[in-house]
Amino acid sequence: MTLKLENVTKKFGSFTAVDDLSIEIPEKNIFGFLGANGAGKTTTFRMILNLLDQTSGSITWNGETIDYSKSDQIGYLPEERGLYPKLKVRDQLIYLGKLRGMQKKEVLDELTSWLDYLKVPQYMDKKVEELSKGNQQKIQFISAVIHKPKLLILDEPFSGLDPVNVELLKKAVIELKNTGTSIVFSSHRMEHVEELCQHLCMMQHGKPILHGDLREIKRSFGKKNLSIQADFDLSFLENVAGVVKVKYFSDGVLCQIENENVSQSVLEEISGKGFIRKFELDEPSLNDIFIEKAGESYE
Amino acid sequence: MSHMNKFWIVFSHTYLSKIKSKSFIITTAIILALIVLMSNVQSFIEMFDSDETDQVAVVTEQEEVYSQLEARTEADFELEHFDGTLEEAQDAVGEEKFIAVLDIRESEDGLPEATYYSKDYTNQTAQNILESQLQQIKVEMATNQSGIDPAVIASIYEPVSFENELIATGNGDASDVKTEEELSGARGLVYAILFLLYMAVILYGNMIAMDIANEKTSRVMEILISSSSPVSQMFAKIFGIGLVGLTQMVVLLGTGYFVIMQKQDELIGDFFEFFGLSDVSLSTFVYAIVFFLLGYFLYATLAAMLGSLVSRTEDVQQLMTPVTFLIIAAFMISMVGLGMPESTFVVISSYIPFFSPMAMFLRVGLLDIAFWEVGLSILILIATIVVFAILGAKIYRGGVLMYGTSTSLKDFKKALQLSKKE
Repeated sequence: MTLKLENVTKKFGSFTAVDDLSIEIPEKNIFGFLGANGAGKTTTFRMILNLLDQTSGSITWNGETIDYSKSDQIGYLPEERGLYPKLKVRDQLIYLGKLRGMQKKEVLDELTSWLDYLKVPQYMDKKVEELSKGNQQKIQFISAVIHKPKLLILDEPFSGLDPVNVELLKKAVIELKNTGTSIVFSSHRMEHVEELCQHLCMMQHGKPILHGDLREIKRSFGKKNLSIQADFDLSFLENVAGVVKVKYFSDGVLCQIENENVSQSVLEEISGKGFIRKFELDEPSLNDIFIEKAGESYE
Repeated sequence: MSHMNKFWIVFSHTYLSKIKSKSFIITTAIILALIVLMSNVQSFIEMFDSDETDQVAVVTEQEEVYSQLEARTEADFELEHFDGTLEEAQDAVGEEKFIAVLDIRESEDGLPEATYYSKDYTNQTAQNILESQLQQIKVEMATNQSGIDPAVIASIYEPVSFENELIATGNGDASDVKTEEELSGARGLVYAILFLLYMAVILYGNMIAMDIANEKTSRVMEILISSSSPVSQMFAKIFGIGLVGLTQMVVLLGTGYFVIMQKQDELIGDFFEFFGLSDVSLSTFVYAIVFFLLGYFLYATLAAMLGSLVSRTEDVQQLMTPVTFLIIAAFMISMVGLGMPESTFVVISSYIPFFSPMAMFLRVGLLDIAFWEVGLSILILIATIVVFAILGAKIYRGGVLMYGTSTSLKDFKKALQLSKKE
């Protein structure tokens, strides 16, 4: 059940929304799409879902093109959240569930357990318009996963949620992955992607600027982060060979270094100069990599 | 799951949610109440009408004329031989005792002549009745005076024998031509269909556009079109709301039927006779259904297409205005055409898709036209519906992903572009 995008391009008139995107999304995995607004994430999702036709290239799932005959195996949480405001949660999900090929009884069983899991069983017979934004989003999430899809597409699933509910949904997403669902999700929050994904694709102006295995990406990036806390002035580190840049914090610095060997020469430089509270070598963050690749700050 | 199954899910959801909606139930209940009220309007009028009948004072010395006049006067008003002068009678009118005074005198020829005094010209009925009755009395008196045999008088007033027969023409025998009863029945049916189609397009066309616009506004549309094809959804909506309309009409006509059956002792004949439909031929009924359905689908497809273009429900009315104008134009053409079904503009209109459901049915109902003409009109209509369905489905697919505030023709282009590859 590999999802494969090959040389996919989407043009709206003269505007190129997605430019020559080739990625492979392995089965039973969480794949993250990163990028600013307008980077082409939603357009890519809409092409995967067959809501839009690609201008060129091919999109296949397990070797076959995706059409409405497969929609019962696909779940979708759109970026623009939408439910029938006047319908009760129960009736809403019965309708949406049936449209994904479920029987009424199955829907009710699944809905009950999902509402319990998300700690909102009391909303079964409430109209959607009576719920808060965050709770509407939980219902929206249930509508995307209730039919146990094999491929789940989540467009910005965590935006607008409080941290407690973000954790709750993250847990649910990991649970779904463990039961065999392939999940593609987009976020503009780097830490969500770092936390959940094994594979990712970074997009900018419709072009994929980086994609692959998360650890592989970080390893091949080469540069490392070195965080130091000490009781003396560390600004002289900017002149040490191999140190790319230094970011100052109230209690110390974060240095980006060419490779991990540089850390040893830094250690030599600072030893004996005073009390060192912290000296830690770390993987680069996705944000560091993004800045390097995109040539501009993302967040 | 198959496409067909999802079609039925959207279809039944559309139908049930509309049937159960408060606005539908309330509207239907109000119209039902109106039907019952209208059919009992006679009883209501009688209930509120005062028991006193209007009285007309008659001032005359012509006892013979008065007794004849009184004998002829029916229940609408009563005559009273006024005992007093003309001035006193006029005063009594001022006091509202009488509605008018009739002063009958004898002319120089010995025949009656009269003056009718009233406060205003509002009650013309009594005046007209009295005038024509007095006229008859005068004629009788005049003929009596001249000594003409009453049998001669009777034969003078007997209506002439005037019969109506049709000539057999080359393309069929005379029995094919519509009889007068058929024609008046057909005219009734044409009226009914024109009106029903007009109402259906205005009411249910708007309902379709609103329903789709609502799904767009609430943004549930993107989930819907990721679960089943937009084309099947569009048609499920058109059929679903079509069935809502059918349900409403059956309920209303059914109630009308029972109300009329209840009052059968007052009204002569059954339901179909009441509407003058018992003489309408079967083919006219079939054409009525065919043209009604084709007309509905044409306008409904257009409405669905427009509904998918707007992103706010407030804009629905604006986009539906041209559609409303189209159906009004079709309605006007046909109303005028009822009086002259053979005129060129009706003939031309009967081949123009948006007008033909009304105009061609009008011609088929009232005239005897060749089958190929009806067939051609139906074919043009079906072809247009297919074109609109294909175009509508494309616009629907692109339109539902399109959000913006403008409501111009550019949106059509944009929506078509979105559904294309580039």
